[in-house]
Amino acid sequence: MENAFGQPQSVVVLGGSSDIARAITKKLAAARAHTVVLAGRNQELLNAAASDAHEYGATKTDTVLFDAEDASNAARTVTEAFEKVGDQVDLVIIAVGLLEDQLSIENDAQATARMAMVNFTWPVAALAEIRRRLVAQGSGRILVISSVASIRIRRSAYIYGGAKAGLDRLCDGLADSLEGTGVTLQLLRPGQVRSRMTEGQHDVPFTTGVNEVAENVMRGLGGRDRVIWSPPILRYVFAILRHLPAPLWRKIMDR
Amino acid sequence: MTRATLYGWGRTTPSIAEVLAPASEVEVAAELARSRGVIARGLGRSYGDAAQLSGGVVLSNLDLGGVSAISPQGVVTVGAGISIDELLAFAIPQGWFVPVTPGTRQVTLGGAIAADVHGKNHHLDGSFGNHVLEMRIVTPSGAFTISPQKDAELFWATIGGMGLTGVVTSVTLRMLRIETDQVIVDTERFPDLEGVMSEMSRRDAEYQYSVAWVDCMTRGAHMGRAILTRGRHAAANDVDAPTLKAPAKPRLFVPFDAPSGLLNSLSVKVFNELWFRSAPKHQENEPQSLSSFFHPLDGVRDWNRLYGRRGFVQYQLSVPDSAGETVTSAIHRLSSSGVASFLAVLKRFGPANPGMLSFPMPGWTLALDLPVGPDALPQVLDDLDELVLSAGGRIYFAKDARLSPDKVRAMYPDLDKFLEVKNRVDPEQRLMSDLARRLDLVGRQRR
Repeated sequence: MENAFGQPQSVVVLGGSSDIARAITKKLAAARAHTVVLAGRNQELLNAAASDAHEYGATKTDTVLFDAEDASNAARTVTEAFEKVGDQVDLVIIAVGLLEDQLSIENDAQATARMAMVNFTWPVAALAEIRRRLVAQGSGRILVISSVASIRIRRSAYIYGGAKAGLDRLCDGLADSLEGTGVTLQLLRPGQVRSRMTEGQHDVPFTTGVNEVAENVMRGLGGRDRVIWSPPILRYVFAILRHLPAPLWRKIMDR
Repeated sequence: MTRATLYGWGRTTPSIAEVLAPASEVEVAAELARSRGVIARGLGRSYGDAAQLSGGVVLSNLDLGGVSAISPQGVVTVGAGISIDELLAFAIPQGWFVPVTPGTRQVTLGGAIAADVHGKNHHLDGSFGNHVLEMRIVTPSGAFTISPQKDAELFWATIGGMGLTGVVTSVTLRMLRIETDQVIVDTERFPDLEGVMSEMSRRDAEYQYSVAWVDCMTRGAHMGRAILTRGRHAAANDVDAPTLKAPAKPRLFVPFDAPSGLLNSLSVKVFNELWFRSAPKHQENEPQSLSSFFHPLDGVRDWNRLYGRRGFVQYQLSVPDSAGETVTSAIHRLSSSGVASFLAVLKRFGPANPGMLSFPMPGWTLALDLPVGPDALPQVLDDLDELVLSAGGRIYFAKDARLSPDKVRAMYPDLDKFLEVKNRVDPEQRLMSDLARRLDLVGRQRR
C-alpha cells in the first residue's frame, strides 16, 4: 500500500534500466518500496538496476525482458510484471523512451516509425492493460515520464517531441478518466537531464542530473498535482516559451 | 451496494471499495461468507487507512443501531454503529457519561473498540476496552458473545484489533454517573516542557482528567511551552444551577477545502502564539461544559478540510515512564526541523489493558498533527520512529498512515499472539484493511 506521502511499497518500472528510472527506483526503495519489478530490453542493465534497488532497501526484486519496438507484447509484459509482484501494485512507472539523432533519421520512414512506436504506441498499449488492472485493484498510481520537449516542439527533435506530446496529451485525458476509480496518473516533465540518453548533447539552461529529477518525483508523489516538472521552475519557463512567436522560438532553440 | 472512495480523517490515502451497510448480525455474516476481503467502518475518524480496503468490501456499521435502557448500575447495551455523540445525547440527560471519550464524539462504539480509544482519564481509568463488559462479534467462523471472562483471547484480540478479528455488532459497557453537565477545570501555563512534565508526573493522579497542549514550534529556552488543563466532573453543589443537557450540534463548518499550505510553519506559529497567550497563566475551579472540555474540535464540522487537498498526518507515540526524555527529543527534533505542528497533545498513560494490539502503555503519549507538504517530513517521522522504538515505545495504528512494516513487530510484541487468535476465527484472512496490508499486520505470505 502507498503511505500518506505517496511512497509505494510495490513498484513496477517499464523501462527500468534507464538512468532516470534507476535514480527514482533507488529513492523509492530507500523509502518504503520492498518489491520492485523492472522491465526493459537489456538483461544485464536490468540486473544492475535490480541490485541497486536491493542495495537501497528492496527485499524482493525481479525483472522482465521486452522489446518496446513491438506493441503486441505490451499487455503481456505488464501482466508478467504484475504477476511477478504477486500482490497489489502501488506504482507503475512508464520510463520507456528512445531518442535518436533527428537529423540522421528524419527522412527515414522506418526509423521515424520506430521512434513513434517506442515513445508513443508501446506506452499507450501498456497503459490500457495497466489501467484495467489498477482500476480492478481500486487503488494505485501511474507515473508517465513525458518531457518538456512535448510542450513546445523543437525543429531539431520533432519526432521525439511529437511522440512525447501525443503521450503527454493522451495521459491528460486518461488521468481524467481515472477520476473516482482510486487510481491516479501523474506526468513527469523533465527538462534536459544528463544521462546515457542525452550523452554528447551540451547542457541547455535548467539541465539537471538524474538525482534531482528523482527528488522532484518523490516530492510530486506526495502531492496531487497532475504534472511534476523537473526542475519545478520549468512550469513557468514553458508557460512563456510555449507562447513565443515562431521565428523567435526557432532562433532561441535551434541555434 | 455502491463503489465509493474512502479516506481516513487525514485524507491522505484514498482507495475505492464496495460499501454496504448491513443492518443485522445475519446480514454481516452473509457478507463475511460472500466476500474475500472485508473491513468494518464507522464514522471514518481513524486518521489513516484503517477503515478502508481497496478493491474489497467495506461494511459500514452505521445501520447497526439500538440502545438499551441504562440499568441503575449504569450498564447499557448499544449497537456498534451508535456514536459516542448519540449515546451521550441519550445518557447525559439521565445523569450518565461514557467512561472514556476520545477528543471527538464522532466515533462509533465499534470504532472505539477497534482502536481501543483513550481519553484524558487514561492515567486513572484506562482505555475504552477496560469498560466493555461484553460484546457480540461476527467472525468468518461464526458469531460469538465475548467478554474478559468468555473467550478472553478473542476479546483482547478484538480490543485494539483494528477490526481485523471480525465485525462487532453490539457492545455492553458500564457508564459513569454524573451530577451535572459541567467540568471543574484548573488551567496552568508552563514556559517549558520540563516544567509541565514534572507537574504532570507529580500531581496528575489528583485529577480525573488531565491533558497538556504543547507548542512544538518555539525553539530555545521556551521549547515545549505548554498549557495544562485538568479537571473533574462537577458535583451538583459545585455549580449554581446544575443542568444535564446533551451536547449541541456544531454550528460552524468548513464549506470547502482550504488551499494546501494555509497551515504552514508561519501560520501555525502565529496560531500557537495566540493560543498560548489566550490561556490563563493560572486559573482554578473554572466550570466548563462537557463538550468544550472534551471535544473542542467537534464545534467545527469537517475541520480536516483546513489542511487542504494534500491532507495531514497525525503522529502519536507512546513511551514508557522511564523514557520521558524521548518526548523532549521528539519535540526538539520537530522544532528544529521547522516542520509545522499544530496542537501537540501530551498526556500520561496509566496501566495498559491486555489488548494485544492496544496502543496505550504506562508512561507518556504525545500526539501531533502535521500537514503533508514539507520535504523533510517523511524522514523526520522515520527518525522519530527509531527514537520511539529504541525507548521501547510504539506508534498508534488508528492515527498512522506512514509507519514502516518492519518496525511493527518490535512495537507490538503481542502481534504473534494476536495472529494466532485471528487465524482461529478467520483462517482464510477475509478480514483485511489497507492498514493491515501496508503494515503487513496479517502477513503478506498468508494470502
